[in-house]
Amino acid sequence: MSLIFSADKCTLCGACVDACPFGVLSLEGERLSIGEGCTLCGACVEVCEAEALALPEAEGPSPRPGVPLGGIWVFAEQRQGRLAPVALELLGEARRLAAELSVPVAAVLLGDRVAHLAPELFRAGADKVYLAEHPALAEFVEGPYAAALTEIAARFGPEILLAGATYVGRAFIPQVAAGLRTGLTADCTAFALDPERRLLLQTRPAFGGNIMATIITPRTYPQMATARPGVFKRLADPCPGEGEVVRVELGSLTAAGPCTFVGTVEEIRERLPLAEAEVIVAGGRGLKEAKHFRMLEDLAELLGGAVGATRAAVDAGWIPYAHQIGQTGKTVAPKLYIAVGISGAIQHLAGIQSSDFIVAINKDPEAPIFKVADIGLVGDLFEIVPALIAAIRRERE
Amino acid sequence: MLKIIVCIKQVPETDKVRLDPETHTLIREGVQAIINPFDLYALEAGLRLKEAQGGQVTLLTMGPPQAEAALREALGYGADEARLLSDRAFAGADTWATALTLAQAVRKLGGADLIFTGKQAIDGDTAQVGPMLATILGIPYVAWARKLTWAGDGVLEVERLLDHGYDALRVRLPAVVSVVKEINEPRVPSFKAKMQAKKAVIPTWTLADLELDPHEVGLAGSFTQVVRVFPPPARGESEIWRGDPQELAARLWARLKELGRR
Repeated sequence: MSLIFSADKCTLCGACVDACPFGVLSLEGERLSIGEGCTLCGACVEVCEAEALALPEAEGPSPRPGVPLGGIWVFAEQRQGRLAPVALELLGEARRLAAELSVPVAAVLLGDRVAHLAPELFRAGADKVYLAEHPALAEFVEGPYAAALTEIAARFGPEILLAGATYVGRAFIPQVAAGLRTGLTADCTAFALDPERRLLLQTRPAFGGNIMATIITPRTYPQMATARPGVFKRLADPCPGEGEVVRVELGSLTAAGPCTFVGTVEEIRERLPLAEAEVIVAGGRGLKEAKHFRMLEDLAELLGGAVGATRAAVDAGWIPYAHQIGQTGKTVAPKLYIAVGISGAIQHLAGIQSSDFIVAINKDPEAPIFKVADIGLVGDLFEIVPALIAAIRRERE
Repeated sequence: MLKIIVCIKQVPETDKVRLDPETHTLIREGVQAIINPFDLYALEAGLRLKEAQGGQVTLLTMGPPQAEAALREALGYGADEARLLSDRAFAGADTWATALTLAQAVRKLGGADLIFTGKQAIDGDTAQVGPMLATILGIPYVAWARKLTWAGDGVLEVERLLDHGYDALRVRLPAVVSVVKEINEPRVPSFKAKMQAKKAVIPTWTLADLELDPHEVGLAGSFTQVVRVFPPPARGESEIWRGDPQELAARLWARLKELGRR
């Protein structure tokens, strides 16, 4: 398959040549030349005002079937009887989408002895909870989780299936999509609907957050996406804590699969996981020494938040990898992000761009972090941070 | 002897790729094609396992003809052989169609005991091809490994990162394992291996070689479609404050309280 080019419409403006991320387009004489290496990304089609470029109409591996009636589903991630906040956020988003499509919202709850979580899912927006309890689901292992969710979805037919883009979700949801032979979009930060074609418009950052892309799954069901924690909003007014619990007996799970859980070897000793924190105080190279993270911990504690770090601080051994934020670490979306001594490498910015409000404290007025910060304090962090801590303490005493 | 496959991807250096907010065109001045940095950890994991247990490391990538350069560079780290999956029909593949094509190549190679991938590719950031590949091949997948211990008898113990900390798993091979950067420190390629890599013959496998149907691969075989590409929404104007640290701190605290009330 290759790009469709209508030479008669082409004005030789060259916009497509500039737009091609892979550099395969060039103007040769009076004609556009399409070289080897086109990935059909569509960037050129987007910029072509003369509509001389088009993507080939893809013929699907299978025709689009009738719309399944299962409505919008959310994977209700839980660990040791505690729901991941992103599951509740996505139920809020699912309700909003479901209202437009006039379909029900369901949560899928997998685990061992987790039935008590159903009312919380109803309050968060689920009309129905599909519940599968099995010893093999007590701890997260990709194989059993993928088998269980695939089987339940194949049996009850969701139109849309959403899950949190957590380490767990991003590990096994692709296996569910592959098992169901349908599309999946990773780490979405916005959803919308095309009501006419009844399509979920899934928007996500790519190229390290430098570009946003909107993606559809036009021919298969369910339309699946993982969604970034902290971005979507829970329902402001909880629903009544009642609904239908559908207990599913799974045929696909066996006691001894090829992959088994042995144990948790290390719990991250955080008062609050980064993904759940509404406030994050993060430090970078500017902190200079491991001991200065103590100061950030104090500030985080006063603000009821968690401590994060850049790759540079982690690589220097000042703080464990679990605290790393950015493309090589975690992606966060707190209400308040305080960047201390962080210059703002693009890889770090990719991990914080969904934050509601960013404060940066840095000596270097040219630091790129100031371009994304809502408030930038130019000055010595070793003076400003202690002064801030003192100001908060003074007031609270 | 372990058969180890390492999947790699050639990517543009993403910190250089930007959309012009006015014209929506990509600014790719000075953008180089590199091996996805996360894949170097996967390669190192494969090489170490081979060195400890004996075996062979085969590199696999799907991409345009120029992706051969990435394979050649990766061979320089000490991998034994490489295959390039390249055909115009593969263009526009989403993660599913990519995984399907890779799976067919794995089958053509006679399968593998272990397939390593990096955490994710820095251009797409999806982390989906590895798990999809495992499902298509019908073998287990373990994500985000930071430590591998050979337990003998075709069993691997894996320590892996999740949101709450680190879990230990035991997996019976064959399996697909994705690794995080904590797992190792990739080696510096030796001069000898680099020289050998320069001369290495890298076979290209096309659609016909893989005996796939054109409707199964590339854009035609993809379940997802990109409908729009646009620059990220601009954040509001930055306020830049300078001055006495005490005053700055007091002013910031006042503002934070205000934010907290909203």
